[in-house]
Amino acid sequence: MTYDFIKRRKLWYALSLFIIIPGLISIALQGLNLGIDFTGGNIFRLQFEQNVSSTELREVMGRSEVTNYAIQEAGAKQFIIRTSELPEEESTKFLAHLEKNLGELELLGVDKVGAIIGHELTYKAILSLIIASIFMVGYITLRFEFLSGVAAIIALLHDVLVTVSIFSLLQIEINASFIAAILTVIGYSINDTIVIFDRIRENLRIAKKADLLAIVNASLNQILIRSINTSVAVILILLALVFLGGETIRVFAVAMLIGAVAGTYSSICTASILWVDLKGILKKRKATAHRTA
Amino acid sequence: MGWNNTKLAFVLLFIFAVGAMAMGPLLSMINLGLDLQGGVHVELQAIENGKPVTEQDMVQLVQVMRQRIDELGVSEPVIQRVGDKRLIVELAGLEDPEAAVKVIGKTAQLIFMKADGSVILTGEDLKDAQATIDPASQMPEINLDFNPQGARAFADATTELAAKYPKDDPRRRIAILLDGEVLTNPEVQEPILHGRARITGGYTDYQDAANIAALLRAGALPVSMEIIAKKVVGPTLGWDSLVKSKYAAIIGLLLLGIFMLLAYRVPGFISLFSLTIFALIVSGALVLLKATLTVPGIAGLLLSISMAVGSKIIIFERIKDELLNNKTLRASIESGFRRAFWTVFDANVTTLIAAAVLFYFGSGPIRGFAITLSIGIITSMFTAIALTLWLLRMAVQVNAFKKTSLFGVRRAEA
Repeated sequence: MTYDFIKRRKLWYALSLFIIIPGLISIALQGLNLGIDFTGGNIFRLQFEQNVSSTELREVMGRSEVTNYAIQEAGAKQFIIRTSELPEEESTKFLAHLEKNLGELELLGVDKVGAIIGHELTYKAILSLIIASIFMVGYITLRFEFLSGVAAIIALLHDVLVTVSIFSLLQIEINASFIAAILTVIGYSINDTIVIFDRIRENLRIAKKADLLAIVNASLNQILIRSINTSVAVILILLALVFLGGETIRVFAVAMLIGAVAGTYSSICTASILWVDLKGILKKRKATAHRTA
Repeated sequence: MGWNNTKLAFVLLFIFAVGAMAMGPLLSMINLGLDLQGGVHVELQAIENGKPVTEQDMVQLVQVMRQRIDELGVSEPVIQRVGDKRLIVELAGLEDPEAAVKVIGKTAQLIFMKADGSVILTGEDLKDAQATIDPASQMPEINLDFNPQGARAFADATTELAAKYPKDDPRRRIAILLDGEVLTNPEVQEPILHGRARITGGYTDYQDAANIAALLRAGALPVSMEIIAKKVVGPTLGWDSLVKSKYAAIIGLLLLGIFMLLAYRVPGFISLFSLTIFALIVSGALVLLKATLTVPGIAGLLLSISMAVGSKIIIFERIKDELLNNKTLRASIESGFRRAFWTVFDANVTTLIAAAVLFYFGSGPIRGFAITLSIGIITSMFTAIALTLWLLRMAVQVNAFKKTSLFGVRRAEA
């Protein structure tokens, strides 16, 4: 009962591109929906005593000095209001204005991020992604061969791109935890890919002269159950976090969930197949170089 | 064989009992983060008003903050300097966190004012204020120390007031106001020319004078500050997050346990016990490291648990492979573990790299995530390999567990 992964490789490549290409277009056109962690701003979480409709709230907001805002209903009499960055006095004034017009309210929570912090975060995010990637390529090259490293990194980029693409396409607002999720996805994806390369290496050692494609395919089949089961373990936990963990952790959990699924998929359908193809291209080039020489 | 049964039953029971008894107290010893118990996190930055912010300014700022927070009566406040000109203040478990932010962020305005309302000098000109006991009268008093500019202004004002109004005239008084509130309102006894003033009388006891002196010093904020970031979590929201995280953890772990039992039978069952030890070690480590558990931290823990399970799956699948090669159960377990070791190791190292980078570059909540994830991964390397192996070795000596089908492999002869 072996499944021929190698034969359908064009399908796997196409499937990945099917998400990534629209994703890239979306990133170019509308970018990511950056939350206040990146842009700076305030988020107020309010619980009103009386019934307040979003139309009423909007109307009262219209009469306040705060001009740049978005309102989101978050439950019974509960609202989340996002504004541009407000100095302390203005935010106090703003809350007093709401309380005066809409009755008693409980301030469940406030987040404020200054623009400086936002810029720092963006900078640190990019830097940490680069550094983490360098360390991981280094580690894989150390433990495997360079080509495996390249294939693993492309698979990893694939997972990051798929995750970012889906967030851009659906315009889900991202916060600082998104970066943590992406980095964890990278760690997870590499981890999954390593298991497969490990198995391929082992099988190559046992069957010295057999067909490379057949060995890779056999390895993928051997590892399939394990790969699916480990991701089921992660996905079960992530699903619990997405649905039960509350709003603070949702962006993180959703990003991890997408990344984990993409990571499982890519380590089976992208990394090893890419490695085979890369090896094939290199061999062909060597052969032509030989002929011309 | 009866002995083996008893031994395994005893060990498993022991693990279960320790887990059940220690887990509760251990969990209650872990510090909960602001997002779980409510509180404020405020990041302040000193503003350079023409002159650069010095080290001494920052030290003084920290003192001022400590004073202000003492007023709030918060237990275990965190006041931390970050970089050259930033402060992080964290206060947990407040009823009204937003009020605390106001106290922290207020721009203390200290003003020395004449009775006619004209300002003589401000906090900037006040160098120091100390409460002492006058050795002659045994009465508490406050000594003020002005900078040259302040000294001049004070000299002019006191000279003028002393010359213009008779003693006991209310217009001969100088009011000292902090944020519009009168701290003290002493009468000018005589012109004060050299920038050193004493405020005597009017203080009930030394503590009273010391408090006012502290406020005067606080008013002499060396630089003004700006709140560049804050996170306020009301008690309701914190409680809500705590409950939700608990539910997510319980349901997630339950699903994981059921899945392991269904997919891996005996090893799955055994792995649940090593997970109990895993949970104990991780909680213990969190307590010892005085780590603070946040919502992202809980996510990191759960994730590390699922990765610990992942490591076990690698091992169990390997054992299955070995069994399929017609090895004995015992031999399969030994070689399965040996072969899976490096795979598990490599896999965990890459995740650790990610966690380390996150820890280094991340702030607050992301660090919490990186810490719990790292502790979890390191612990899982131990429990997944050493502990599970030990338990499995014991289990295969029990007759009832000797069927390979219980390890997920059906054999004709089994």
